Amino acid sequence: MTKRVGVEVSIAAAEAVGMADVDVVSAYPITPQTHIVEHLSEMVADGHLDAEFIPVESEHSAMSVACGSSATGARTFTCTSSQGLAVMNEVVFLAASLRLPIVMALANRSLSGPLSIWNDHSDVMSIRDCGAIQIFTENGQDVFDHMIYAFKVAENPKVSLPFIVNLDGFLLTHVIEPIEYWDKEWVKQFLPELEPVNRLHPDKAITMGALGMPNIFTEAKRAHEQALLDAKSVVLDTWKEMGDITGRYYHPVEEYKTEGAETLFLTLGSFGEIASLTVDELQEQGESVGLLKLRLWRPFPQEELLEAVKGAKQVIVIDRAVTFGGVGGPVAAEIRSALYHMEESPVITNYICGLAGRDVTRKDFAKMYEMSKSRENDSVKQSEYVFYGVRE
Amino acid sequence: MIEIRLHGRGGQGAVTSAELLAIAAINKGKYAQAFPSFGPERRGAPVTAFLRIDDDPIRTRAEIYNPDVVLVLDPSILRLVNVAAGIKEDGVIVANSKYSGSELQNELKIGNGFASVNATKIAMEELGLPITNTTMIGALLKTRQFVTVDDMVDPFNDRFGRIAEKNLKTLKRAYEETNFAERNDSA
Repeated sequence: MTKRVGVEVSIAAAEAVGMADVDVVSAYPITPQTHIVEHLSEMVADGHLDAEFIPVESEHSAMSVACGSSATGARTFTCTSSQGLAVMNEVVFLAASLRLPIVMALANRSLSGPLSIWNDHSDVMSIRDCGAIQIFTENGQDVFDHMIYAFKVAENPKVSLPFIVNLDGFLLTHVIEPIEYWDKEWVKQFLPELEPVNRLHPDKAITMGALGMPNIFTEAKRAHEQALLDAKSVVLDTWKEMGDITGRYYHPVEEYKTEGAETLFLTLGSFGEIASLTVDELQEQGESVGLLKLRLWRPFPQEELLEAVKGAKQVIVIDRAVTFGGVGGPVAAEIRSALYHMEESPVITNYICGLAGRDVTRKDFAKMYEMSKSRENDSVKQSEYVFYGVRE
Repeated sequence: MIEIRLHGRGGQGAVTSAELLAIAAINKGKYAQAFPSFGPERRGAPVTAFLRIDDDPIRTRAEIYNPDVVLVLDPSILRLVNVAAGIKEDGVIVANSKYSGSELQNELKIGNGFASVNATKIAMEELGLPITNTTMIGALLKTRQFVTVDDMVDPFNDRFGRIAEKNLKTLKRAYEETNFAERNDSA
């Protein structure tokens, strides 16, 4: 029996990790990820979850322990935010390079400074190129489903890569909302035992993390890149498989009322739901506007994106991080690059907003639409971007 | 959709009130969302929490700017924070105060419907602590019945365990003692 529960999203995320029967949890608490770690710690301490909870002295150690445990073939989970991710940074890249199927929840929070505990996407953008699978989630149900899903994809022998599930700090982590907990039988049916491709074992010695001399380093990187690209088919197939069980089907680029729309918003994470309200309102007023929600961030869903924007004249990309001195926000730069070779590529308009938890309401999305509309036919350069709502 | 903004001080349980009401509504098959005003939690500092209840899935995650109901857990907040900010014309304020709703309307120059109950006194007498979260749920449910008092039993049992019964009694007493003043445009 599935169970509809009113629960904080962080607690539900921890429960889902528990349902996935994780073997090792290694994490250091940091706002706004804290409740996930605390709850997992309680589940282990209370005997509800048969796992090792390893409290560590820093996030660097958290990911190092996760690497060690995953390398021995244990199902491994960690989670962090912001400065924690920054401390963990070097080991995140190693985990991916070692092809370790660690699952990490990243409760997105801005990177300091100024010191801030609130939500944006500057943390995840700092590890964009780490070589792990990375997705964004939109609501609590989405988070719950993907905490189980992530293990299945990461551990698939064709993949064997870390899987990072992004969830917006506070906007998701601290909200009580209705979430359907999976039936235990669903988990059994969906998630097999972990069969690691390689493992550290005294009886069969192997080396992991050896020095990569110049004569092999490029090949190692190329192989890693191919592994991540190849992971996409597993990502898609596994979404289908999960949907056949839960009835909820996920896609790399989620489309909302995009049919014939001239202008498309493009959002990541929990902003999708808010933007969808604006799309409803604008369509009622006769505006030709729809919404794309980029769920799969790495590997980047190039084909699906091209298909989704076909026929659109403008894409309004919402960025929640700054690429200092670059050409717009990190998502817009990527989208613009991805669409460059289209025969009739849409104008990319880029707003950087919602930094460090500044509230972005449906009225703000409507205002961004208005601002973009008036710019549609003028000589605005495609590389322009706007810090929305900034006080100059 | 009903939108409720809760004002209290850190430690009084404004967030807990929002959570328990959301869970009660979700248990009834409704959609609900409860969240704190995000930030460092400090005991004694003014805090805000938010609650939405609807028959359909809730898509917004923005803060609540135009509440239907404002719940005030601490009497001192009434003079510290503009609790009526953005409140709808038919919106109501439910406050912990020893003054009546109509006295508060006149004193604070707020025309909206105004309910009040001396929640601190009730909480001290019933629980021995000035924690007014469960008390103010009683006052809220007297004013707006989006869930019933009985709907609170399960969430209270899950949250409070052996002191659930005491909290339920507190809620019921506050429910009985809450007074309400209709909208008064001359206030």
